[in-house]
Amino acid sequence: MSAAAGSAQRIGWEHFPHEADVGVRGFGATIEEAFEQGALALTAIVTTAKVEQSVSVQVKCQAPDRELLFAEWLNLIIYEMAVRKMLFSRFSVRVHGTHLIGTMWGEPIDVARHSPACEPKGATYTALKVAADADGEWSAACVVDV
Amino acid sequence: MDPGRFTRIDETAWRIEPEGAMRVPAIIYADEQLIRDMDDKVYVQTANVAMLPGIVQASYAMPDAHWGYGFPIGGVAAFDPEQGGIVSAGGVGFDISCGVRTMLTGLKVAEILSVQKSLAESLFHQIPAGLGSTGAISLDPVDMDAMLTGGARWAVKRGWGEPRDLDRIEESGAMTGARPDCVSDKAKERQRCEMGTLGSGNHYLEVQAVAEIFDEAVAKRYGLTADDVVVAIHCGSRGLGHQIGTEFLREMAITAKDHGIDLPDRELACAPINSEVGQRYLGAMRAAINCALANREILGHFARRVFGHFFPSHTLDLLFDVSHNTCKVEPHTVAGKRRELFVHRKGATRAFGPGHPSLPATLRDVGQPVLIGGSMGTGSYILAGTASSEAKAFSSACHGAGRAMSRHAALRQWSGRQIQDDLAGHGVLIRSPSTRGIAEEAPGAYKDVNAVVRAAEAAGLASRVARLRPLVCIKG
Repeated sequence: MSAAAGSAQRIGWEHFPHEADVGVRGFGATIEEAFEQGALALTAIVTTAKVEQSVSVQVKCQAPDRELLFAEWLNLIIYEMAVRKMLFSRFSVRVHGTHLIGTMWGEPIDVARHSPACEPKGATYTALKVAADADGEWSAACVVDV
Repeated sequence: MDPGRFTRIDETAWRIEPEGAMRVPAIIYADEQLIRDMDDKVYVQTANVAMLPGIVQASYAMPDAHWGYGFPIGGVAAFDPEQGGIVSAGGVGFDISCGVRTMLTGLKVAEILSVQKSLAESLFHQIPAGLGSTGAISLDPVDMDAMLTGGARWAVKRGWGEPRDLDRIEESGAMTGARPDCVSDKAKERQRCEMGTLGSGNHYLEVQAVAEIFDEAVAKRYGLTADDVVVAIHCGSRGLGHQIGTEFLREMAITAKDHGIDLPDRELACAPINSEVGQRYLGAMRAAINCALANREILGHFARRVFGHFFPSHTLDLLFDVSHNTCKVEPHTVAGKRRELFVHRKGATRAFGPGHPSLPATLRDVGQPVLIGGSMGTGSYILAGTASSEAKAFSSACHGAGRAMSRHAALRQWSGRQIQDDLAGHGVLIRSPSTRGIAEEAPGAYKDVNAVVRAAEAAGLASRVARLRPLVCIKG
């Protein structure tokens, strides 16, 4: 299930197991990249089919700390997926302290083509962690209830 | 889990003695094998719940318990507002009032077999399921608030259900105390076009056959005989509940400190019942309960329409409709004293025993039907609430088989197409927009539901009435 891209500074994402649901983890050289990759991991819970980038949606959010900001970011994506009935395959994030401005690109869900496996309900605070390691690599992770 | 970590009370009750910040003991009901197979996190989470303010008697976990969010899935805990008790958004979960209803078709298996395939196709096309599906119903703001207040009663009034159903739904179809004004615009927007949709994950609509009867007398009162065909629907409050859960989880996690609550796990986000946020959550959560009751009533109506096409003289009577992700105010006797408690059930079913005043007159003397959803291959159960259940776990029982394996691991082990073919070979027709979704929900990814309900019965939580096997399963 992992689609982490290999490079000296790891940029990519992975899923990790939770007994009932699915964990998502994004990696990057910056917190922004880690958040973007975490968002790709969220989409990959739903589909592994190609998602066109024909429509863009802008969002912003704020939270008291980085961890809640990551959960908030994923919950915004889940909300946009639900109300617009869209899937997203490209994300761009700017983080200023505890504020986030994001853009996501995607297309309306095509059930036959995307064959959505499940519908994320919400990003949980289980295994919620946003941190940089000693090498400066960022990771952002939490379990998503599906 | 290592059974040696517990004080064993009897064959199916395992106690974690209070230690550290635990205010009460924690008790897990299960047989030894189920305990051995449970993730260690169930131990930690059940003990963590015992640390919350105002908890009464004990923190409980049902035989199907597995690793959840803050609370274990299969967790039960009651809180007393007079003792500083809390209400927890995490303790109810994202899918507020997720539950099961079972409808009696009056048909025998032999009558279904000749149309089983067309029935499966028709149900699959008529019941919107999975991400990207849209219901035929969209609500304007006035309708939305009426639905959030009226629940299944609203659905019936709008023609999506039958008045006779209401008696067989918890809260007689409408949860009192719902406050649509406490539900955010985002939650309402998320629900605007989702009424009458099934959702995805472990949600399903199944056509089932009564495979085995354990208690002839109670089965007869429930209208069940061997080889009967029933319809079961498992789903909840859809996007509205998910959004309410998301928003209050955040708010309660942030404000817990202001209320002097030291959370052992952020996911246990909670607020005092007697606080502004606590009351606002209760108003919103009760509105979400009504959303779930309305949604299952509408889905039941859709199922009736499909069955009406194939079997015009069969009306599908509702046996019962129960929720398993809720917080409800209930009177319970604790140490000989009657107290009004806020009972959280996260992946646990209310199981009122015989004589409970809230049960419909037609079922009161035999106890509440407790509807247990198994996996799509192994079957489901109908149990009955018992007199002993109140003392055991505030009248609660298990809610399903409970997962034994992550979706991640299930995907590595099974192919959805293969499962679909294998089950078809055993007479079970699965229809889903996603074969990957089928693999994630593989029967082998669940605990043995037979063992779970045997343990529930042995523990005195509920008693077995009938086992059901699937004939058709529509999965989101």
